Amino acid sequence: MKLYLKVWRQEDREAKGDLVSYEVDGISEHMSFLEMLDLLNERLIGKGERVIEFDHDCREGICGACGMMINGRAHGPLTGTTTCQLHMRSFKDGETVYIEPFRAAAFPVLRDLKIDRSAFDHIIQSGGYISASTGQAPESNSIPIAHEVTEAAFDAAACIGCGACVATCKNSSAALFTSAKISHLVLLPQGKLESADRVINMVAQMDAEGFGHCSNTEACEVECPQQISVLHIGRMNYEYSKALVFRK
Amino acid sequence: MIDAKIPSGNLADKWSNYKDSSKLINPANRKKLDIIVVGTGLAGSSCAATLAEQGYNVKSFCFQDSARRAHSVAAQGGVNAAKNYKNDGDSVYRMFYDTIKGGDFRSREANVYRLAECSLALIDQAVAQGVPFAREYGGYLNNRSFGGVQVSRTFYARGQTGQQLMIGAYQALMRQVSAGKVKTYTRHEMLDLVLVEGKARGIIARNLETGAIERHAAHAVVLATGGYGKVYYLSTLAMGCNSSAIWRAHKKGAFMSGVSWIQFHPTCLPQIGETQSKLTLMSESLRNDGRIWVPKKAGDDRVPNDIPEEERDYYLERRYPTFGNLSPRDISSRAAKERIDAGCGVGPMKNAVCLDFSKAIKEQGRDKIEEKYGNLFRMYDKINGVDAYKEPMLISPAAHFTMGGLWVNYDLMTTIPGLFALGEANFSDHGANRLGANSLLQSCVDGYFIAPYTIPNYLSGELKTEKITTEHVAFAIAENNVRAELNQFLNRKGHLSADYFHKTLGKLLYDKCGLSRTKESLEAAIIEIKALKKSFDTDLNITGDEQINAELEKAGRVSDFLELGELMCHDALQRDESCGAHFREEYQTSDGEAVRNDQDFCFVSAWEWKGKGTAPELHKEPLVFETVQLTVRSYK
Repeated sequence: MKLYLKVWRQEDREAKGDLVSYEVDGISEHMSFLEMLDLLNERLIGKGERVIEFDHDCREGICGACGMMINGRAHGPLTGTTTCQLHMRSFKDGETVYIEPFRAAAFPVLRDLKIDRSAFDHIIQSGGYISASTGQAPESNSIPIAHEVTEAAFDAAACIGCGACVATCKNSSAALFTSAKISHLVLLPQGKLESADRVINMVAQMDAEGFGHCSNTEACEVECPQQISVLHIGRMNYEYSKALVFRK
Repeated sequence: MIDAKIPSGNLADKWSNYKDSSKLINPANRKKLDIIVVGTGLAGSSCAATLAEQGYNVKSFCFQDSARRAHSVAAQGGVNAAKNYKNDGDSVYRMFYDTIKGGDFRSREANVYRLAECSLALIDQAVAQGVPFAREYGGYLNNRSFGGVQVSRTFYARGQTGQQLMIGAYQALMRQVSAGKVKTYTRHEMLDLVLVEGKARGIIARNLETGAIERHAAHAVVLATGGYGKVYYLSTLAMGCNSSAIWRAHKKGAFMSGVSWIQFHPTCLPQIGETQSKLTLMSESLRNDGRIWVPKKAGDDRVPNDIPEEERDYYLERRYPTFGNLSPRDISSRAAKERIDAGCGVGPMKNAVCLDFSKAIKEQGRDKIEEKYGNLFRMYDKINGVDAYKEPMLISPAAHFTMGGLWVNYDLMTTIPGLFALGEANFSDHGANRLGANSLLQSCVDGYFIAPYTIPNYLSGELKTEKITTEHVAFAIAENNVRAELNQFLNRKGHLSADYFHKTLGKLLYDKCGLSRTKESLEAAIIEIKALKKSFDTDLNITGDEQINAELEKAGRVSDFLELGELMCHDALQRDESCGAHFREEYQTSDGEAVRNDQDFCFVSAWEWKGKGTAPELHKEPLVFETVQLTVRSYK
């Protein structure tokens, strides 16, 4: 099949970017979206041009490195799917496809489709952990945890940190990302002790990084490749209020 | 002769003896010591975090945009530990024996025993960090079984165990960043190791965003940079996985071991086209409930569901009735290749076998299967557009894990003093074949529990060393070499891309130094790789500049893979036996089982780099078995 691509090209953080048109033919429906970009890049090299830069690594949907806006949707048209697992059978011959980076004030564009997501690392640094140094752990079965509780914590912990939630939010809010970590840790008995400080610090860091507020449109859940639930945002708000009330 | 420095005493006491007699550093002195850790997977993150908790100053490097993305994140199935929670006869000794046997008696007893011993504490540590391992309804931890063993000792978090352990280690690392004890350098790639007076004293790294070449000094350097299975191009690895850190250390004097011991994972998605970039792994845990078969008749063109039960060949159950579908990976992969080569393969390219869940679904119900493997079935559907609840998955062996790597002694120190190698980057614990769910274990145990004892033991001798500065001439020389190489790549305006060379090398290695090898194929491969390298030196085309440039990154990695690929062939060629993943067709029984030669090859190969264009030199570390009897590894 043949596609008409409009790809965001931008030299560096400061440069002004632009959409550039490419025609790509000889695409097989079995290719992944990133393999289609590989094909285009291979042809650009043949012409002596700089390749389109994009983040990617595991290509199996778990590392969270890849992510782009495809026709205005984070990770493209499918639900619960990262860009690397999107295949060309989801597109029609002759279609025009717009490819842009994830955009948010807290995610500056580095070059083309590559962005800086270190703001997410900063949020985790502000409290997204259980303080258990190596050597301190008790025998693992001494902390029984109900099956359902573990499964619920897992659902939150499955976040891959790709940033699709931020990119799709009209406020560029990181509420889904942050709340998923808060839920993961507060649901587990090991994580409860630090929950008040954790939620207050992480929410403050989220604001400091320049992410917007959540206004409950729930768009983030729609685009999340791991289908993380917006109910975690509810839990975050609950934990936050509780922390404010009970914190001395 | 190289010395592995195995502690004295009974097998079960060696690690305790080591810890009791290793040298300590008092807390006030720890903050005077700097350590560089390259790689942020399970081994790197856990080591960096633990050393920082102890009070050392750590610099952590990764090429990804965040430490959390290292490829440990993609491990699916689980992590082994001899907790014996299932009360099914497990013990540290049993786990040790399974691992030694699984490795076809080509690993060190002392290392493997320590791995099994430390497995207990790892599960405790991970649970304390909040890793949501699967639980039974009573609230206690659940286990499943994995290939090559007859007990259930695998802890798991659905099909995302690696991700969950990785998040635990990443969070521990981030905690130390916020405590000011770790500084992270993301989007940085190590391009050379710096030696001062024979000791590892720092690295040269490239900032992949700005292109800046940076010097970093430390009292010790840790490489936890993963395996080199991406040398085959098509593999289960991430696109960025590479050998450059360990290979450049090798060229500075660190020996490489067991280089040709590469595991082909039996349950991966097959290749279906030339533009494919990846052979996605489907967790081995699927073999707990899935049955593997091919049509009995060669060239059977019917779709799998149309082939009646009596015309299916469950070849693993047939050949290995004791272990059946849970036979170890090397054996399962070779058995698949044998059937595919015999013309019984399925799928459009006839290069796959069926992994069938119909019996398990009938017996346990779809819900139970969905709870255990839901994400894997979804992944299969996403990639192939096929519902594996209704028809068998098509799977095929793919390059997956490198048992080989930098030679290390019992301290996990390479032949370069002060240079340590952890996790898949070293060769140490898996012998010639790794058992499933031992990889997450080894990387974590190396990083949380071993290196934090052995590195201080080394550093205790460095307290009087003056502060290492990057002004030393050794840094200037290394930096100049790195700059010269990058300029060469950028100025080489040939007509072929780095991917072209990578794919060509990969295909060549799959055919000639893959699941099976022969003297002829290996000799031919060495000649072909040399020719390919020559072409690479003139025909490579790198576009773009020195700032963010995926092609420039690939050029260095492919250049190193070309040299490493040649060493793989030398390693496979010198070993006139079949052991574990190393199957030399000349050495097999009449029914196709591997024939090991303990008389002549009961040693670890340790290769020394002798310079460009010169043959590498082989050193041998004899393997001494004091506890186990070497037996023919049978899973029949």
